[in-house]
Amino acid sequence: MSNGAPAQRMNHLFPVLTALAYLLSFGLYVRFLSTGSKLTGRLGSVLLGLGLIAHYFALLERSRGLHTVPYHDLYGSMSLFGWLLGVTYLGLELYHRQRSVGAFVLPFILVFFLAAHLAPADRLPPPAAHGAIFALHVALSILAYAAFALSFVLSLIFLGEERLLRRHKVGDVVWRLPPLELLAQMSQSSVLVGLVSIAIGTVLGFVWVDRLSSQYSFYDPKYVITLLVLALYALYFRLARTTAWRGARASKLCIFNFVIVVLSFTVVNLYLSHSHRYF
Amino acid sequence: MEIVLVGLNHRTASVEVREKVSFTAEQAQRAAEELRARGILEETLVLSTCNRSEVYGVPPESSHECAPGLSTFLSEFHSVRADVLGVSLYHHYDQEAVRHLFRVAAGLDSMLLGEAEILGQVREAYRFAHERGATGPVLNRLFQGALEVGKRVRTQTELGTRPMSVASAGVKLAERIFGKLNGHRALVLGAGTISEQVVAHLRDRGVAQLRVMNRSRDRAEDLAKQYDGRVTEWGEWDTALQSPDVVVSSVSAEEPVLRRDVVERAMAARGNRALFLMDLGVPRNIAPDVAELYNVYVYNTDDLSEVVQQNRSARESEIPKAQGIVDEHVDKFLSWQASVELVGLMDALRMKLREERASFLRARMEPMKHLTETDRAHVERLMDEMLEKLLLEPAERLRGERELRRKIQNVEALRDVFLSNREKP
Repeated sequence: MSNGAPAQRMNHLFPVLTALAYLLSFGLYVRFLSTGSKLTGRLGSVLLGLGLIAHYFALLERSRGLHTVPYHDLYGSMSLFGWLLGVTYLGLELYHRQRSVGAFVLPFILVFFLAAHLAPADRLPPPAAHGAIFALHVALSILAYAAFALSFVLSLIFLGEERLLRRHKVGDVVWRLPPLELLAQMSQSSVLVGLVSIAIGTVLGFVWVDRLSSQYSFYDPKYVITLLVLALYALYFRLARTTAWRGARASKLCIFNFVIVVLSFTVVNLYLSHSHRYF
Repeated sequence: MEIVLVGLNHRTASVEVREKVSFTAEQAQRAAEELRARGILEETLVLSTCNRSEVYGVPPESSHECAPGLSTFLSEFHSVRADVLGVSLYHHYDQEAVRHLFRVAAGLDSMLLGEAEILGQVREAYRFAHERGATGPVLNRLFQGALEVGKRVRTQTELGTRPMSVASAGVKLAERIFGKLNGHRALVLGAGTISEQVVAHLRDRGVAQLRVMNRSRDRAEDLAKQYDGRVTEWGEWDTALQSPDVVVSSVSAEEPVLRRDVVERAMAARGNRALFLMDLGVPRNIAPDVAELYNVYVYNTDDLSEVVQQNRSARESEIPKAQGIVDEHVDKFLSWQASVELVGLMDALRMKLREERASFLRARMEPMKHLTETDRAHVERLMDEMLEKLLLEPAERLRGERELRRKIQNVEALRDVFLSNREKP
């Protein structure tokens, strides 16, 4: 771990347990996809759940150790993103009773969790903002990004399966992947979670700015790109359900939208925004 | 407690012979009653499907001895010459009979590897025989085991999950797009045999609305009536293609029935909702360029046959796993059988030793006039206690034997050594 001296003093138990649970869960999801064994799939879900619990305690422990919120630095922000991605996926899996996409989602969760540990040490001053509204603003924004990331993965799977079906290449995987309509529904559910979260999160952000400075600041490019993201996903949600865009075109739009999200998360946060470094 | 099986199936008998030897429900009941009345079998179960006719039973005597009687019975019952029937029949005894039934229930012995219907047929045959009192403890246990095997093979392997006919492959592929088909709509072009097969599959999958379109309205009405569908006038493409999610075409036509412009118009009218087209006609009923349209999935006979071929290979690769489940349950059944036989053997031995003890004491205590009745009863009790101890030790050893084959061999050895044929349980 390279998160400074306080982090090094912290217990490594929860991060290790988290990594182990995620890795095992990933293996089980892959096995479920290749064998179709229901028991293996259920075990994959259980291990993901256990991993999320361990991950939660890892985040909590670190926050307590550093006396700050998890999203204060790049480590916490990425780790929280991975955790929320897992929570959103598990919720979606339970809601739609469909676990064959787990094998595609777990690598993203794992990458964010592990990459967080490789992130450079931050020596940022304590955040200027405090309070429940600010915390909710950040948590909801990261949840929205996680939900959008999930819809991105689901859209990629949709396009892959659709391509295989159109080319009549019906191999082992196609029989085990969710039907196209269900994938589209799952992606839309995920986008809905993201839309609601980002809408509330953005409103809370403006409320917080208003309280802090008694006036809105319209100069942060982050506001513009967040509103653009909101508009693009709202457009996707509308097009995917009612018009000629349904199907592969909607999935392509969803992938494009996520590129904008990544842009917002990286270029805008790091180089353009002055108050949104890691979320 | 032996098991005998005499029967024939698609591998050993031609369809003509299978037709003659098949049982209706009434015949199955009558055959079971006659077999028990004649003393050929004590427990009986007849399993009759379009591909097999099998009689399972527990004979009063040795299973090998009753088999010829069973063959003769079948020949007489169905009025088929014994020499004609003889070459088609197979006989299995005990372990092999158990293994055969478990393989049947697993779908491993079916003409269509892994077919799902056979498990339902085994369940129905068992229910029918059980309700009429034709089965007993052995066949009850055997068939409950078979049903468990069938269920496990279907849930734990992929032997029966993938479609093996062109019609079912098409319907399953439609499910890859729409998910469960209940609530979805289908249109069938043509009213021939192939269309009927697909319609049957679609109805099984709970398709909400079914429309049939055929040049001859009478035939369309027949098919629609049979499957609770409706008829649409031939040629009204714009209306007909607006609502269905699945279209199945199997029409005899020189030119494609569905051209690109027709489907393109329909897709615009239906807001590009996905459309699955199954073209089972030869020559093809759907113009090849229809497949280029957005959200349109076209599968013709060749495409579906290729899918079926892939699935056949996938099913075959699941055979070892299914066979493992069969073996596991055969061992379980034989273990139960050996335990039951051990109990029966011990009871028979106990009875024999008590008889021996009684005659021994009668002969030896005759001259001992000085013994009172209490003394004599005491001596009898002591000898009984000793016999129980002598019996208990081998019984416990046998019960604790972990290796099934050795357990069965030991039970048989004990029976052969101590009991005559007449006394064997």
